[in-house]
Amino acid sequence: MSTRKNRTRIGPLAARLNKVPVLDVDQMIDDPGTHIIVCCGSGGVGKTTTSAALALRAAERGRKVVVLTIDPARRLAQSMGIRELDNTPRPVPGTRDGEGSLDAMMLDMKRTFDEVVESQASPEKARQILANPFYQALSSSFSGTQEYMAMEKLGQLRKDALKTGRWDLIVVDTPPSRSALDFLDAPERLSSFLDGRFIRLLLAPAKGPARLMTAGLGVVTGALNKILGTQVLRDMQTFVAAFDTLFGGFRQRAQKTFELLQAKETAFLVVAAPEPDALREAAYFVERLNEERMPLAGLLVNRASRHPVGGLSGDRAMAVAEQLDATEDPDGSNVITAGLLRLHAERTRVVERESHLRLRFAAAHPDVPTAVIPALSTDVHDLDGLRLVGELLAG
Amino acid sequence: MTPAKTNRTDWDAVRLHVVTGKGGTGKTTVAASLALALASSGKTVLLCEVEGRQGIAALFDVPPLPYEERRIASGPNSGGDVYALSIEAEQALLEYLAMYYRLGRAGKALDRFGVIDFATTIAPGVRDVLLTGKVYEAAHRNRRSKNARQYDAIVLDAPPTGRITRFLNVNSELAGLAKVGPIRNQADTVMTLLHSPRTAVHLVTVLEDMPVQETSDGIENLRRQKLPVGAVIVNLVRRNELDDEARDRAINGDLPRELIEDDLLAADVEPTRTLVDGLLTEAREHAERRGLEDEQRKHINALAVPTYELPRLTGGIDLGDLYELAAELCEQGMA
Repeated sequence: MSTRKNRTRIGPLAARLNKVPVLDVDQMIDDPGTHIIVCCGSGGVGKTTTSAALALRAAERGRKVVVLTIDPARRLAQSMGIRELDNTPRPVPGTRDGEGSLDAMMLDMKRTFDEVVESQASPEKARQILANPFYQALSSSFSGTQEYMAMEKLGQLRKDALKTGRWDLIVVDTPPSRSALDFLDAPERLSSFLDGRFIRLLLAPAKGPARLMTAGLGVVTGALNKILGTQVLRDMQTFVAAFDTLFGGFRQRAQKTFELLQAKETAFLVVAAPEPDALREAAYFVERLNEERMPLAGLLVNRASRHPVGGLSGDRAMAVAEQLDATEDPDGSNVITAGLLRLHAERTRVVERESHLRLRFAAAHPDVPTAVIPALSTDVHDLDGLRLVGELLAG
Repeated sequence: MTPAKTNRTDWDAVRLHVVTGKGGTGKTTVAASLALALASSGKTVLLCEVEGRQGIAALFDVPPLPYEERRIASGPNSGGDVYALSIEAEQALLEYLAMYYRLGRAGKALDRFGVIDFATTIAPGVRDVLLTGKVYEAAHRNRRSKNARQYDAIVLDAPPTGRITRFLNVNSELAGLAKVGPIRNQADTVMTLLHSPRTAVHLVTVLEDMPVQETSDGIENLRRQKLPVGAVIVNLVRRNELDDEARDRAINGDLPRELIEDDLLAADVEPTRTLVDGLLTEAREHAERRGLEDEQRKHINALAVPTYELPRLTGGIDLGDLYELAAELCEQGMA
């Protein structure tokens, strides 16, 4: 991505690691000033589960919460009562009684896009746009559409929340992008599409001062027609013309969402797994959020291995296991004990490696509050599981 | 150079290996290992990435890859080379325009008017057509192509499972948009390769609920679009430290505590309560995790596609690990 290629690393240039500040999750979700929590991070780190667990915990601690998930695992979605993709928040069954409440929804990007068009254009124009093949392709496959629509939906939910008072906290999961940064760029990319010189040219009448430019445009459209065929350019022109009146509105909304993300009421949580790739992405993200002046609450390191207890070092455990392998085993227990010791050694090694990775991250980003969430040995696919994750989040 | 005809592999007919997988399953590692494995029998292999992540460069510990085929690994004596390429849509478009249309002035004008930018970032499908188009070009070189290296196999580190069908099928999506004209013809040609038996789409997974579910959904989607499903590669498989019986006992909490304590004592390790409790808990968690993994393995077997397994290596993947994983793939007959 171009945004990433030319970036300089931002952060302290010399740092000695003293103590990593701890992220207090409960304080964040209890703070009545927090109205939006955005969970971001690279794919496969447990963003969706984390968002759902945070939302449930906040709700059971008295907040009125809606959680916007992007692509939940089937069973998790079922347990939250969002089996169908209808783009509307629904109450989650089975939450504990109290002052709080929990609604959940799953993003339908095409429907969200359609709704924006329908709300912005006259019925006739909306029909025209929705039927255009260019629009249909854009709304279902433009690589930034999902990110952009997640942000659009967030804006809508926030507006609803202010108007109806139905929610006072929105938890957003972000799409599994090729890089965690994509969704921040989505509004900008859409804006630049709408502002693009090419689009302007497609709209430009072939007279007046624009004529000078259209001489060059003739070459361009000629080339495009040659490559794409005339009908594509015609579809595109029709689409752009029909869409033109909406452009201003779109850009404004994108800008508004961007400002909302910069506001004090928002808290970004960067989710990572204790793996080099995920932590590298997390570092990019932390730096990018700083650059965009977006409020970073902290880093969640998910699925960390639990530190083994008992004070037996990994090397020692390994040596004893080998020793046991070599001795006689009349009661058949040596093989079991050796197995246990190998598991212990393995876990010790993994824990050492993970904490090394985390410390490297902390040395480069010493101000980022961090919470470490131990891995569960079972999968999470019901509210009890989410509650457990919530407890682990709170430390 | 003689491509090894002697030891037939499971995928001899395949020229283009597309490797996909859910994020976090190690798809780039698997793609790189597969490229090495294929090259180890003397083949010339091209390993490409299309997402601008420079994941290949990071794995092989080389500087960021340009839009140019660079040799990154070479076998001793008899040859066998792995070249790497990071495909960028913008460059591919300019190259394409120059190659097929000799667009000098118009090509520059396109750039000046923001069309290149437009086409590669916004216009639906075009980006993916350019990326797959470049892969196609690399797969179809022949002796007459000027200065062009011929490859025996191409390994594509493709977008993740959730997007793979759209990525590979985008040509038809675009073809639906562009009903006539050269780009449509180009799209059709690329589609012919992608739908042919010379292509295989391999899916990388780990033994967890979501990735396996996504793999199964992915296979279904690929089949529906008549894209050739290759193998499932199960990555990051844990070593089995306890046999089935011991695992059952670990879960039920009836491992022989006293005997274990005796063993530790005999080996000069003080069997404190904390230590033994800890060991037993670790054993139970391991057994639970293994139990879930076995269940996931059943789901994978039910998919009825060839399956390969790669071990979990502690300490992060380095170059040596890649060679080890490549050897594993060779032994299991994947390459």
